[in-house]
Amino acid sequence: MTAESTPALVQSADTDGGPAQPGPPAARGPRARNTRAYLRYTAGKIAGAVVSLFAVLVTSFFLFRLIPSDPVKQMTGGRPVSAEQLESLRRQFGLDLPLWQQFTDYVGDALTGDFGMSYQFHSPVIGKIAEAVPATLLLTGTAYALYTALGIWLGTRTAWRNGSRSDRFHTAFALTLYSVPSFWLGLLLIIVFSVGLGPIPGLFPTGGLESGGETGFAYVIDVAHHLVLPVITLVAVGYAQTLLVMRSSLLDEMGSDYLTTARAKGLRDDLVRRRHAVPNAMLPTFTLMFVNLGHVVAGQILVETVFSWPGLGGLFYQALSVPDLPLVQGLFFVFATAVILANTLADLLYPLLDPRVGR
Amino acid sequence: MTTESTAAEPAASSEPTDVDSTAAENSASTGTPKSPRALARARKRQSLARFWRAYRSHRSGLWGLAALVLIALIALAAPLLAGADAQSVTDTPGGPLELPSGEFPLGTDQFGRSVLALLVWGARVSLTVGLLAAVLCVAIGTVVGIVAGHFRGWYSTVLMRVTDWFLVMPTLVLAIALATVMDRSIWTVILAIGVTTWPTTARLVRAQTLAVESRPYIERSRALGGGHGHIMLRHVLPNVMPLVLAQTTLVISSAILTEATLAFLGLGDPTITSWGGMLQDAREAGAVSAGDWWYLAPPGIAVAVVALAFTLCGRAIESVLNPRLGVSR
Repeated sequence: MTAESTPALVQSADTDGGPAQPGPPAARGPRARNTRAYLRYTAGKIAGAVVSLFAVLVTSFFLFRLIPSDPVKQMTGGRPVSAEQLESLRRQFGLDLPLWQQFTDYVGDALTGDFGMSYQFHSPVIGKIAEAVPATLLLTGTAYALYTALGIWLGTRTAWRNGSRSDRFHTAFALTLYSVPSFWLGLLLIIVFSVGLGPIPGLFPTGGLESGGETGFAYVIDVAHHLVLPVITLVAVGYAQTLLVMRSSLLDEMGSDYLTTARAKGLRDDLVRRRHAVPNAMLPTFTLMFVNLGHVVAGQILVETVFSWPGLGGLFYQALSVPDLPLVQGLFFVFATAVILANTLADLLYPLLDPRVGR
Repeated sequence: MTTESTAAEPAASSEPTDVDSTAAENSASTGTPKSPRALARARKRQSLARFWRAYRSHRSGLWGLAALVLIALIALAAPLLAGADAQSVTDTPGGPLELPSGEFPLGTDQFGRSVLALLVWGARVSLTVGLLAAVLCVAIGTVVGIVAGHFRGWYSTVLMRVTDWFLVMPTLVLAIALATVMDRSIWTVILAIGVTTWPTTARLVRAQTLAVESRPYIERSRALGGGHGHIMLRHVLPNVMPLVLAQTTLVISSAILTEATLAFLGLGDPTITSWGGMLQDAREAGAVSAGDWWYLAPPGIAVAVVALAFTLCGRAIESVLNPRLGVSR
């Protein structure tokens, strides 16, 4: 299904916002015109991103006001509290103000990076988020690098040997893993490799980032040891998407005349593939890579929860179970912002890779 | 006039050779003139038969279809296969967390219920939520896509901006947020999935609408006085339908995965047995640290099998409709 979303995204890159009509003829020749067209394209994309960011801010505010229950009651956890105490709590979190004033305060604060105090931890939301970022980047960043590389490599191989036994095997295997719920695969890996099943001893820790008490090189080894299972889970579930997109875009290029020309020049088969076919087929994969890059920050809520990873996804799950309104809001904003920034970055780089875009 | 063109177009859009068969049929029917309606029906049947012939050559698509039929039958026959009281936590047939045995082929859960029976009942929820959420998603996507593709000007731009904006939102995060703020029920889950996944379909349908609208017969229809509604419903929609069908099948499999995820996070309806809910129960009962694989493995495998079956069918349909995709057989 994601293989389908990518062409749509590619299309969004070349139809929307970009100046379809050529600019007024410039006196300094085509180069200056191209530069100007690119600048105009860039400005349009950045303006679009700013509008999207504002829309996210508005949504994150109003969506969580829909929660029917009183956040103050949630905070006190059903303990007997006097009406005055409730009132002072409301005042402390600014919940007694009219809605529009709460909104303007929220937007103003959000622009300075202030998302309020967490109900649950009684500390600033932005601090909790900043604490969790490195762990998420370490886990999902490692997994991202691995599954992108694996997907591109296998996608190229399967498309180049289209219809062969290894093509069929790899495609079927990837599709199967793609259909597996990531959290279930994580639980299963924990059972088999952490708890130990039958003859298999517990090889890896069941969760967390570190065992504690280690320093220096031993600490690095310890963290790496904790990384193994969550990374395997993420790679297994994630690489199919890249594989399928890479495979289908390379298959599209397979019959092209320029490949025949390259072969006629006497190039070896793998040189035809590496220098001619793959660079052209990379464009849709490139879009997918940036879409996924945005989700690196959004983290993997499920996998982080299952492996008790102290990252953003795990924090989101904790915030939801209370529900800790400011923390959920802040995380929602951070997740959406990451995706918007990654997409905008892709839009800006795209014309440099494919000269047909943004002219 | 219009019934004829609507029936012939989907076939014409997918296979150019259609003209021959239509011509042959017309010459055959010159002896006894048929009503336009009968002709349209005959053409519809023909194009269905042609579709099935092409579909049949995709082996993985056939496997997917067979698996789906089997699972749908199991889900329908759940009360007969598993017993109507299989979900009750009182008067359970077995002891807590028994290993698989002759009586309980997949063991029992912490209340002593048969895991196999729960699995059979869970199929109903998975399929219902998957189908309904996909229908909702595709319905919104199709309407937005056709409208945005048909009309020019500012509201097309606004619609596509909204679509783009939904497209960049992290789907799962938005679905979780929606499911959190609403009541715990199966309808909440369906709504949360449907409302967050439609933009891809909308983009796809819009692109197809633009392609269809550039054809000469749309201009002809407009010249004959066809209004916006007529063109969108009679000409564009039938041509977009095959694509929408393939998209629906693919959306179902992701909807089923999302349903399992939401249920696992405790956002599903706690009174209904679903596969994701079973996994949550298992985790809460400590099945992970105790190594109770028979309780954890089956629901996940079931989700994967259903999701995979829908994906295989969707890919097969897609490659029948668009042979250039080069999906392996």
